[in-house]
Amino acid sequence: MKERLVLIGNGMAGMRTIEELQKVAPQMYDITVFGAEPHGNYNRIMLSPVLAGEKTIPEIMINDLDWYEQNGVTLHAGKDKEIVEINRGRREVRAADGTTVKYDRLLIATGSNPFILPLPGNDLPGVIGFRDIKDVDAMLHAAKTGKHAVVIGGGLLGLEAANGLMKQGLQVTVVHVLDTLMERQLDPFAADMLRKTLEERGLRFLMGAHTAAILGDDKVRGVRFKDGLEVPADIVVMAVGIRPNIELAKKSGIHCERGIVVNDTMQTYDPRVYSVGECVQHRGVCYGLVAPLWEQAKVCASHLAQHGVGRYEGSVTSTKLKVTGIDLFSAGNFNGGPDCEELVLRDPARGVYKKLVVKDNRVQGAVLYGDTVDGTWYFQLLRENTDITAFRETVLFGHAHMADAGREGHSVMSMSDDAEICGCNGVCKGTIVKAITEKKLFTVDDVRAHTKASASCGSCTGLVEQILAATVGNYDATPKEKPMCKCTDHPHDVVRKAIRDEHLTSLESVFKVLNWKTANGCASCRPALNYYLISTWPAEAKDDYQSRFINERVHANIQKDGTYSVVPRMWGGLTNARELRAIADAADKYNVRTVKVTGGQRIDLFGIRKEDLPKIWADLNAAGMVSGHAYGKSLRTVKTCVGSDWCRFGTQDSTGLGVKIEQMTWGSWTPHKFKMAVSGCPRNCAEATIKDFGVVCVDSGYEAHVGGNGGIHVRGTDLLCKLETEEQVLEYCGAFMQLYREEGRYLERTAPWIERVGLEYVKAKIVEDEEGRKALYARFLESQKYAQTDPWAERASAGVDAHEYAPVATIG
Amino acid sequence: MSDWHDIGTVEDIPRLGARVVQSPQGNIAVFRTAEDEIFALRDRCPHKAGPLSQGIVHGKRVTCPLHSWTLELGTGEAIAPDVGCAARFPVKVEGGRILLQVSAVAAVSDHSAGTLA
Ligand code: SRM
Ligand SMILES: Cc1cc2nc3c(=O)[nH]c(=O)nc-3n(C[C@H](O)[C@H](O)[C@H](O)COP(=O)(O)OP(=O)(O)OC[C@H]3O[C@@H](n4cnc5c(N)ncnc54)[C@H](O)[C@@H]3O)c2cc1C
Ligand code: SF4
Ligand code: FES
Repeated sequence: MKERLVLIGNGMAGMRTIEELQKVAPQMYDITVFGAEPHGNYNRIMLSPVLAGEKTIPEIMINDLDWYEQNGVTLHAGKDKEIVEINRGRREVRAADGTTVKYDRLLIATGSNPFILPLPGNDLPGVIGFRDIKDVDAMLHAAKTGKHAVVIGGGLLGLEAANGLMKQGLQVTVVHVLDTLMERQLDPFAADMLRKTLEERGLRFLMGAHTAAILGDDKVRGVRFKDGLEVPADIVVMAVGIRPNIELAKKSGIHCERGIVVNDTMQTYDPRVYSVGECVQHRGVCYGLVAPLWEQAKVCASHLAQHGVGRYEGSVTSTKLKVTGIDLFSAGNFNGGPDCEELVLRDPARGVYKKLVVKDNRVQGAVLYGDTVDGTWYFQLLRENTDITAFRETVLFGHAHMADAGREGHSVMSMSDDAEICGCNGVCKGTIVKAITEKKLFTVDDVRAHTKASASCGSCTGLVEQILAATVGNYDATPKEKPMCKCTDHPHDVVRKAIRDEHLTSLESVFKVLNWKTANGCASCRPALNYYLISTWPAEAKDDYQSRFINERVHANIQKDGTYSVVPRMWGGLTNARELRAIADAADKYNVRTVKVTGGQRIDLFGIRKEDLPKIWADLNAAGMVSGHAYGKSLRTVKTCVGSDWCRFGTQDSTGLGVKIEQMTWGSWTPHKFKMAVSGCPRNCAEATIKDFGVVCVDSGYEAHVGGNGGIHVRGTDLLCKLETEEQVLEYCGAFMQLYREEGRYLERTAPWIERVGLEYVKAKIVEDEEGRKALYARFLESQKYAQTDPWAERASAGVDAHEYAPVATIG
Repeated sequence: MSDWHDIGTVEDIPRLGARVVQSPQGNIAVFRTAEDEIFALRDRCPHKAGPLSQGIVHGKRVTCPLHSWTLELGTGEAIAPDVGCAARFPVKVEGGRILLQVSAVAAVSDHSAGTLA
């Protein structure tokens, strides 16, 4: 017989857990759900737009009653189905109407209750919280029959209620005990801006007001304050806070403090009983937002499914005020604390306020008002604990100011349905909205998987987030560091450290020691692990050929028709008549369809059949040319300009230095591709200041620049230091590459790497620590011993991987 | 029908890798898993015809080299939420040799699920 799972609480967290469970173990349990509301499961946070008349109840249903039918889940919903007793001895729950059901596992997801102030008259009809459909119905009813509303509480929820009631035509007074609105999110200055805007829209505020009593006989009539003032009210909404709904759990002897206490697997002190959502207290924290629920639900489902994987380790949350036309964002610890500093930008004329709370040059929290475009970016800096030293002066001006000028700042909601959002995959706004509503998507990852929007280059992620927020609300939160992929719970850095500390030299040992969840990884973790192994143990780890992406496996770039392109190395961009003749001959012999000069100063031959690769390589080898590694997460090209050899402005031999650098570094594998350039003077014709490592020659020597790239988000380099000799340039270059090789995460280019660790850190390691630099350089040269064999030659003449280039059989 | 073709030994295909069989029906990708199971699919990704034989094999799945769709080797089906299917070809191993069936009607697509052999 199947085990029986009972869920108490038909809300967002509980049902999300059931959906996750259905995904991983669809047949495992007989599932019964009890809900005290007479509805299916709906998106509670969208009650605000419903109240404001911008959405309807059917539009916010996540699992309507049919869903339960179709998925074989028994639902008991309604006031009389509220569970009033859990008998843990008999493993049984009992509802108000006497319905009893036995369980093998129990999941408690009772959410929280609005806190109702202990005032005389607080039990009069017309005094409500703002929590469920019933409350919204009461407010809509009041709007039809009355004139006045009082909202007690000037926080997020209170303001959303007030805004909605006003939109429904009521005269609304917001009562707040303090002098500033949303004191938990805003400082007095921003709060004033917000209040003025809302007043202009017609809300009335009573600040610093102490409520004394609620007036009325058989229903609410008004509110009286301590100073004697009375305000009329046909409805009073209390939005002064929420309390985890734990009475039921407490009564049945489950350990509770402020919430139901759970461990990292969402289990309560009774091992048969799990709990998720606002009713839980995890590591001392009770959450009041949705974002943590996704994570909790996933972890809980995997333990219910007895896969026993995943731990919930807490969430950092961010939130937005959902009042149309007002942009407000806050995240993390925005109140500051000991050792915290505040960076503040105020522009009353534009109606903009931005505050970042910073500690040791790392973002701890953010509040944005009026201009929230950069919310996602700040939240990312916060989550990744990025060192902002290098761009601290400009951080408040936003990401667009720093780097990616191409980013659009306008609101996505004004775009039409056929506006293209994702340029890489041609996905329009309408398609995204449709997928979100039809497939019930809540996170950017979901949208990515279903629509491919933002799945390629990622530059439209911000737009996708906006669409998601406008369609289902804003849930943007993730644990601090993401696991490498679905095969493991460990983030990159942990895996890498284990490879170093435990001296792991093969994929098998990584899988075993780190308890990989899959037998042989996936297409995302295997290439990363292979890189970590060979870069950490160059002499010992064996390159795992099957863990390389096809381009690196066959040393050419796959094209959309399955043919390959071939780019021979041209040191520093130099070539000569003999090489060009050989290229021309090869182009004729192998029917090359396109010959193109690349953006990296090399020549690309397109349309080569895989079987012909070893042959064309043999021909190019014969003319002295080797692989250009245009296909690898490796050293790509060193671009140069003509420099002092010819140019009237040239200060140094930039071409010669470029060749030397390329000869030292070619063949090296790196976390992502690595590009260099040497320009002969500050006119910078080789574009050295958008390279991973760039050299700009000056009269007195060489400037070493690091961390630039072209690509989707252009980033100019940072100046690392000035150097005097070519030997120094080579040493600094090798040391810098090695530091990146050892510490950069796979597929993280130097630009995001430097933004993450901070330029100061890199300077400390490379410029200030001479011994450390020399050691890095030595390790780089050591690993090059194993890297500098021409992969083309090995395959063209030594028969390496011959099977790769020939069919195993031909039939017919 | 019994047009089984001997296409070589299990060792001819690298573990967690694939080789191509050229046939009048176009290229067929023959995969070998870590446990030495053998699967055969048309070498055309249902997305945009990428050569699946060039992908990365993991578990009983292959990830296409062009845009990273992942397909189930056993069924040829794309992993949700992607939707599509690469035709399967009957394949078996006898005495270490791989036998592949490639008649005009041998390819089993997901729509005609079941076997025609
Ligand atoms: C061939 C070439 C275009 C050309 O015809 O000029 C090219 C072609 C590709 N580029 Fe590029 N890039 C080429 C120069 C560049 C440049 C210019 C440069 O190197 O100075 C840039 C901007 C500079 C930079 O990288 O910082 C450039 C930025 C990119 C990016 C974005 C990188 C980023 O960090 O954002 C990608 C995507 C990626 O790597 O993930 C990319 C990816 C690609 C890929 C590998 C896309 C793919 O996965 O198939 C293309 C491979 C084509 C092929 O089969 O050969 N290519 N690509 C250039 C080869 C240079 C070479 O000689 O090796
Ligand atoms: C108006 C409003 C706006 C919000 N806006 C945002 C926002 O913008 N962003 C954000 O992140 N969060 C927002 N929230 C908070 C968010 O809705 C909650 O964090 C989330 O719903 C919590 O999910 P839960 O499953 O823990 O609780 P709930 O969704 O409240 O579900 C609990 C369910 O359990 C039922 N129940 C309780 N006791 C019993 C019992 N004994 N027997 C049977 N059933 C029982 C309740 O009736 C309820 O249906 C908002 C909340 C409201 C009310
Ligand atoms: S070569 Fe580069 S810019 Fe051109 S289409 Fe390919 S990835 Fe895009
Ligand atoms: S062709 Fe296979 S994923 Fe696009």
